[in-house]
Amino acid sequence: MASVSLLETRQVCKNFGGLDALVNVDFDLPGGQVRALIGPNGAGKSTLVGTICGRIKPTSGSILFDGQEITQMATHRRICLGIAYTFQITSVFSRLTAFENVALGVRRIHGNRRHKVRGLVMEALERVNIADLARQRAGDLSYGHQRLLEIAMGLGQSPVLFIMDEPTQGLSEGEIEGFKELIRSLSGQTTILLIEHNMNVVMETAQYITVLNSGSVLAEGTGDEMRRNKQVQAAYLGRN
Amino acid sequence: MEFGPHFLLATLEGALTAAVLALTAVGLSVVFGIMRVVNVAHGEFFMLGAVIAWFVSTLVGVHPAIGFALALVAAPVAVGALAIVADRLVLRRLNYDPERTIVATIGLLYCIQQLTLMTFGPDARPVVPPFNQRIALPWFEFGEQGLQVIWPWGFGITTYKLAVIAFAVIILVGLWQFLARSRFGLVMRATQLDREMAQAFGIPIDRVYGLVFGLGAGLAALGAVLIVPIRQAHYLMGHEPLLLSFIVVIIGGLGSIPGTIIAAVLIGLSDGIISVFFSPTLAKIIATLLVAFVLVFRPQGLFGLRSA
Amino acid sequence: MIRPSRDVSLHAGVLAALLLLFFVTSAYHNGNLARIMVLAVFAMGYNFLFGYTGLLSLGHALFFSAGMYGLGISMNHLDMTVLPAFGMGILASLAVTGAIGFLALRTSGVAFMIVTLMFAQAGYLTILLFGKYTRGDEGFVIQQAERTLFGIDLTDPTNRYFAAFALFAVSYLFIAWAVRTSFGRCLVAIRENEARARMLGYDTARHKYLALLASGVLSGASGAGYALLFGYAGATFASVQYSILPLLWVLLGGAGTTIGPLVGTAFAFYLVDVSSEFTSAYLLVVGATIVFLTLFFPQGLSGELRRRLAPWLP
Repeated sequence: MASVSLLETRQVCKNFGGLDALVNVDFDLPGGQVRALIGPNGAGKSTLVGTICGRIKPTSGSILFDGQEITQMATHRRICLGIAYTFQITSVFSRLTAFENVALGVRRIHGNRRHKVRGLVMEALERVNIADLARQRAGDLSYGHQRLLEIAMGLGQSPVLFIMDEPTQGLSEGEIEGFKELIRSLSGQTTILLIEHNMNVVMETAQYITVLNSGSVLAEGTGDEMRRNKQVQAAYLGRN
Repeated sequence: MEFGPHFLLATLEGALTAAVLALTAVGLSVVFGIMRVVNVAHGEFFMLGAVIAWFVSTLVGVHPAIGFALALVAAPVAVGALAIVADRLVLRRLNYDPERTIVATIGLLYCIQQLTLMTFGPDARPVVPPFNQRIALPWFEFGEQGLQVIWPWGFGITTYKLAVIAFAVIILVGLWQFLARSRFGLVMRATQLDREMAQAFGIPIDRVYGLVFGLGAGLAALGAVLIVPIRQAHYLMGHEPLLLSFIVVIIGGLGSIPGTIIAAVLIGLSDGIISVFFSPTLAKIIATLLVAFVLVFRPQGLFGLRSA
Repeated sequence: MIRPSRDVSLHAGVLAALLLLFFVTSAYHNGNLARIMVLAVFAMGYNFLFGYTGLLSLGHALFFSAGMYGLGISMNHLDMTVLPAFGMGILASLAVTGAIGFLALRTSGVAFMIVTLMFAQAGYLTILLFGKYTRGDEGFVIQQAERTLFGIDLTDPTNRYFAAFALFAVSYLFIAWAVRTSFGRCLVAIRENEARARMLGYDTARHKYLALLASGVLSGASGAGYALLFGYAGATFASVQYSILPLLWVLLGGAGTTIGPLVGTAFAFYLVDVSSEFTSAYLLVVGATIVFLTLFFPQGLSGELRRRLAPWLP
């Protein structure tokens, strides 16, 4: 088989007090792919990744990661399987240094081996170009740098699946270019699931796109296919 | 005495405890419900109420009833004013941060207690009740001649105790009406629901918080004035009402006034009854453990619907 | 980056200073210092949970008194010698912390504070209820003749000082080591943002439980040490006041610093010691200090030092 699914969701539903946020979502993500998850506001994108990383318990359905059922698994154990998640709303440890923020993730894997940890942390910070800010308190960094730090925290965990919730929001033009570069350099080794509003970033980085609308999958395909898809245009692209 | 009369007596004593406890606990509950402040110094406000009642009734050396009536007004007002000052000088500066206010009110507790010790002294001092007639209570029994009315020896209650229960009920009903109907009650509820929104609508949050803190302390002081003719004023007397109020407020559902009153009656009665038939210490162990378990497994309280 | 050498020299310096002080200061101050060192272990235990993990407990008197009565009752009623009795003290505090932590950690914030307060109050009342064995508020004395370890008389001031020092040093080095491990760093992450720590793959519930166990056992060791070295166990040590004192010491000294608890305990001890020479109202001084510190120095003495001069302070 060419592409074995790393992540599968089967008939996932989520109901928030009578409101259907997700309806029977079947979603497959083959290993090594860079996938973008797009859709209008309120389509259920964040809810879907929430059920994948364990922040939200689905009402019904099941989720498989690397062939293993993880629907009921505690959040931290999913992360230990190799899922990294960056928050849509910046959620760094603001009173700790940038270095320590990344080191927390690295140490979970490599324990107290100080030199190894240090090397990996600096490498992660360098990949997002903020290595020179390592000793600053995360709360003192600019918003854009905090977003990049958030990404570095994910990178430090050398994830199998890297889920990023609107990573380019608040980044400058130059930083967005750097981000695209980063995704390209990761593709092949790391499976990436990207929630993104910036179509430019989506078209240039994602190999495959899933469009979510009103809690269910509207269409899937390559960037060009999506651009031509009438339904997608109506639901989403048409508004841009 | 037989079990029946004994039980009724324990229930009446329990009702007395419940009445005073309800006043004190509602004070704590209002402060928590609206300001989200856990006031550890609440028991000291209670104690101050009793001590001020002693000062007022001793200084006004006319008739005990006049001195007591004066204390009934003066003590809650004075304690409430002190609480407003404490709110302004300390709590407001901490921005009502839940954890820091707890630590600060612990500090206040020590200050108030020690200052009372220095001025009032270490002795327990009695206050003469305004009236104190003893009413013997009858008991009904099926004897050889059918239904009999007997008057067991030592089976009775004083008019003052009955008056305290009645007075507490009146105050609580009045308070309830005040919070439900008055403009200030409306403003308080608006502040409780959404602080920012209330502020946006021009409600002076700072003043509301100060008044609420004063009201809470005043209620504790009122409870203390009522109980001081029965149990003497002492500088360490704040510990027990603090603990019991905590218990009541938590079991009743943090910040819910009807829940607090139901819980006060429940705890007051059971405390009275368990203390008479078992050891008072055991009664308190059961009550404290009950609180802990309620908070762990049912944090909205036994009667509360809102989550804490 | 933190240079380990600076940490190590600080720790070595603190311990060396405490050893030196014995030869420099008078017998009176030596007695005080022995007491401070034992109580600082309690404060360090408290700080591990409050300062590093961010959990504010109001029930640590229970863990302290569990250690105290674990040792005291084992020696007085079960005729144990010092070492096994100390073990019983540790075991008692471990058991109590284990049971209460299991329940209390289901809550957080204000609820956690009240739950721990209530459990501690129930524990205090239980000690009163079994007054036959615990002698209630009056307490009981542990006979001088029994307080010997390996033939060393622990009631002798010199031996007592070094026993207190040993207990302090072991606890201090344990804390200094623990907060630098990935476990300790994770506790800080939990304090700062628990949801994020979980999202980095940490089992935060397990971390908090282990932190509470370590905190409770250190408190128990302090309680057992106190009963052993000063020969007395009483219910006062289980009262609310002894839950609030470690909080005060840690706040004074600086929460989340390794030397904070020692600094705070010593400061509070001498604050009471000096102010009680002038006034009997030392509680007023304590109360006013608490209010003053919460208002103006929320980070405590070492916390201020770290903020202003030495950001590397562990």
